[in-house]
Amino acid sequence: MAMAALRREGRRFAPLISPRPITAVRSSPIAPTYEDEGPIGVRYISTQVVRNRMKSVKNIQKITKAMKMVAASKLRAVQTKTENSRGLWQPFTALLGDLPSVDVKKSVVVTISSDKGLCGGINSTAVKISKGIRKLNSGPEKETKYVVLGEKAKAQLIRDSKKDIELIITELQKNPLNYTQVSVLADEILKNVEFDALRIVFNKFQSVVSFLPTVSTVLSPEIVEREAESGGKLGDLDNYEIEGGETKGEILQNLVEFQFSCVMFNAVLENACSEQGARMSAMDSSSRNAGDMLDRLTLTYNRTRQASITTELIEIISGASALEG
Amino acid sequence: MFRQASRLLARTTTSRGSRAFSSDVPATPTQDSNFIDSWTKVVPNLDPPKTPSSFMTPRPATPTSIPSKLAVNFVLPYASELSGKEVDMVIVPATTGQMGVLPGHVPTIAELKPGILSVHEGNDVTKYFLSSGFALIHANSIADIIAVEAVPVDRLDPALVQKGLADFTQKLSSASTDLEKAEAQIGVDVHSAMNSAITG
Repeated sequence: MAMAALRREGRRFAPLISPRPITAVRSSPIAPTYEDEGPIGVRYISTQVVRNRMKSVKNIQKITKAMKMVAASKLRAVQTKTENSRGLWQPFTALLGDLPSVDVKKSVVVTISSDKGLCGGINSTAVKISKGIRKLNSGPEKETKYVVLGEKAKAQLIRDSKKDIELIITELQKNPLNYTQVSVLADEILKNVEFDALRIVFNKFQSVVSFLPTVSTVLSPEIVEREAESGGKLGDLDNYEIEGGETKGEILQNLVEFQFSCVMFNAVLENACSEQGARMSAMDSSSRNAGDMLDRLTLTYNRTRQASITTELIEIISGASALEG
Repeated sequence: MFRQASRLLARTTTSRGSRAFSSDVPATPTQDSNFIDSWTKVVPNLDPPKTPSSFMTPRPATPTSIPSKLAVNFVLPYASELSGKEVDMVIVPATTGQMGVLPGHVPTIAELKPGILSVHEGNDVTKYFLSSGFALIHANSIADIIAVEAVPVDRLDPALVQKGLADFTQKLSSASTDLEKAEAQIGVDVHSAMNSAITG
């Protein structure tokens, strides 16, 4: 034990004698050192690890702050469009009513989600609601199919309902959203998918921090006629005169297709707004977390630094006193 | 006790209203109770999704006597041109011809062709050129006109209209497939309607 102590002191003297290591000794609290508790016995506490973490956390904070700003500016752009499109679906609902609990054989759930991530929980809620609607409409002779818009819902739904997905549409927001694009999309869906009722699931933008999952129902012309005949909410439909077109069926067909494209347009815009709003709040909480983490790391860093300075001082002083005594 | 009170208050405020934008109508509790009941039975863990009827102000009931004014909602995908404006008469370009709508009109669903929509309010007449759409006239003297594209007539450029008409007539004569013929025919229809809108 005494030999070990002497050996330790011997090693410690070496830095004090030669000039080069003296600078090393003086600058060791500041310069990078690595924790080395081997047989040599000299312990330098590492600040490098903590410093690396601090740098990366600071970068993350800057990135998330920038993403929040970008999302805020995109939100402003889409928000005016969304508010202007809100009047579009109201006349249809006033005429054809809103019957989410209608009993049909073939229902198609159109789930609208985003392509990019980092936008909070809106895509998961949309998928959960779609699955819930499917469960609601399950029964003998009833079937539910999916039409998926957006990568995020595709990833979630493909896992357990792959055979029920009819159409997948992605990269919706490559160009700014406009009615022509959405009506082409609606046309594709109407051509390729047989339905009795279309249920469009999206997140309605209520405010920057609140998004309400909503389901809009569009019924096929046959079901509209059936509901009108049976009375209830659509009972007044027969009172309406038809202008243009030969039969009521033709007009109803055109009306339903037009309704679908209008409702889709509004739904896609609302979802885009909700996506940007959710991304803003997600990035905001992320940069706040990064700030907190940075504070804690700074405290750890300072503690580590001070501890290593104290250790150095103790070693020097004990070495000096051993030299004298 | 106070916690309970605040919880009750919070519940009523969230179920009743919503801190929404001025353009959004307040959420009225006219939700489909059938839907909510069946949802809570099948999927008890999630809140039921909202439906469009909760975001709309309910329409007024049919009055017993004919009202003096017609309320017009003229909407386009990117704007609501007129919303709830009280007017004397509107003339819509239905596929069967120009149709005049006065307060107390029979409820009608009319498909529209490209043409002029004129809104008469007292002595003012505002004319819009519509591309096509639907006009829904309800029993309570509310007219909803939904068009895909509409411009005020004074914004149409006569030179461009003539050029467009010539282009599409030429395309129609040289069209080979049914699809091309249909597209060219649509172009000709719209441009000749625009032409008559400017001149007539």
